[in-house]
Amino acid sequence: MMELICPAGTPAALKSAIDAGADAIYCGFNDETNARNFPGLNFSRDELRKGIALAHGRGARVLVAINTFPRASAVDIWHRAVDDAVNAGADALILADIGVMDYAARRHPNQRLHVSVQAAAANPDAIAFYAENFGARRVVLPRVLSVPEIAEITRESACETEVFVFGGLCVMAEGRCSLSSYATGKSPNMQGVCSPPSHVVYEQTAEGTKSSLGGFTINRFAASEPAGYPTLCKGRFSTAQGAGYIFEDPVSLDATTLLRGLRDAGVTALKIEGRQRGRAYVESVVRHFRHALAALESGSETDIASLKPFTEGQASTLGAYRKAWR
Amino acid sequence: MRPLPLSPLQLVLAGVLQRIHRRNPAIFDRLGDHARARFGIKPIDLPFAFVVEARPPRLSVVRSLPHGLDARISASLANLLALLEGRLDGDALMFSRELVVEGDVEAVLALRNAIDDAQLDLATELSSLFGPLGAPARRAFEAARGRVIGSSGQGEQSR
Repeated sequence: MMELICPAGTPAALKSAIDAGADAIYCGFNDETNARNFPGLNFSRDELRKGIALAHGRGARVLVAINTFPRASAVDIWHRAVDDAVNAGADALILADIGVMDYAARRHPNQRLHVSVQAAAANPDAIAFYAENFGARRVVLPRVLSVPEIAEITRESACETEVFVFGGLCVMAEGRCSLSSYATGKSPNMQGVCSPPSHVVYEQTAEGTKSSLGGFTINRFAASEPAGYPTLCKGRFSTAQGAGYIFEDPVSLDATTLLRGLRDAGVTALKIEGRQRGRAYVESVVRHFRHALAALESGSETDIASLKPFTEGQASTLGAYRKAWR
Repeated sequence: MRPLPLSPLQLVLAGVLQRIHRRNPAIFDRLGDHARARFGIKPIDLPFAFVVEARPPRLSVVRSLPHGLDARISASLANLLALLEGRLDGDALMFSRELVVEGDVEAVLALRNAIDDAQLDLATELSSLFGPLGAPARRAFEAARGRVIGSSGQGEQSR
């Protein structure tokens, strides 16, 4: 059966994920070394040690995301994160930067390494580079590939593949996007926070709720209109061709209906996005996919509750998995 | 009709906040730089609101929210209670427009994450205030909470 990899932004969410049936939980330290560096989120060193002990006691694994790119003057912060995660008993490290990966491979040769989605390794040659040079065992594939492309990559790669099945959907080349950096001066890829809340403003106006980021208006939602995250890639803009979503609608990825295809493609693990979400999200989404996987294994039909209430914009998409464009 | 006096409610709720803080002294550590922020909480279906501070823990019941708060959060009472207990996801409530946030979004996010990690059980916290009457107080609160949350239309998500 494919593994279910679940998000946790807090120790309580980690416990919820275990209770709901996660095979593994991914999380990060409460600093700039992970790509969900939001206020009040993530794990101290002590919390990580305790979280790993709890997970191991319940038969689950913990993968630690150290998946931002170090600043030239502060590489030590990332190296320390690697050492501390290994010493805490992490089952794998999820890394993006080749320098950090090289450090981890040399310093901790027995540690299992995964290639983060932030590395944007989207073809067999790129994946082979990580596997051959650093012994990476798994790659988290970017959300820009169709299911046949995933099957081809998996067939040609020595690495296991892991793909996202639910949650926020980056439409840009991951780890390369500078939209939020341009608007706020803070980089999702180096400081670990896309659309930092310190730069987000919600304003109630006569026309509805206006959201802006770093002084740029992103969207205006009428009173009953579903909303999305205040990210520039999902903003509604006025252009010469008219007003609308020019990059991507505010929607969440939901690949529940594609699980059979992903299994047949040889995918090893399914990942749920959302370390920034609450326990209610983690519990419901993990349970949903646990049931869906059980139904897939048994070949039975199952009536699974909709995840629509959790989706951005109250809408879902199959994203690039079922690509009708190129 | 004269509005109900707010001081008894303030007494009980401030007691609950103090108790939560005593039982989980690290609860507001996740607020970090926002530990001294003043949050205005407005249940849209009630004629009063709350001003909450974390450090030191303080709660005031007011007829309307004052100026000068760091952030304002408004939603139905049912959704606010469910958020407090981690039964609903805050982002999902924002997407469905059932939660409105104004002011310092970073402080609100830190507060949300601190509360979500605390795994609060309001029935337990409230009943512990009532000594020997704790059990009936708990049952009364759970019945009231069931009625309030049951009418919120969020059953699908909170299951």
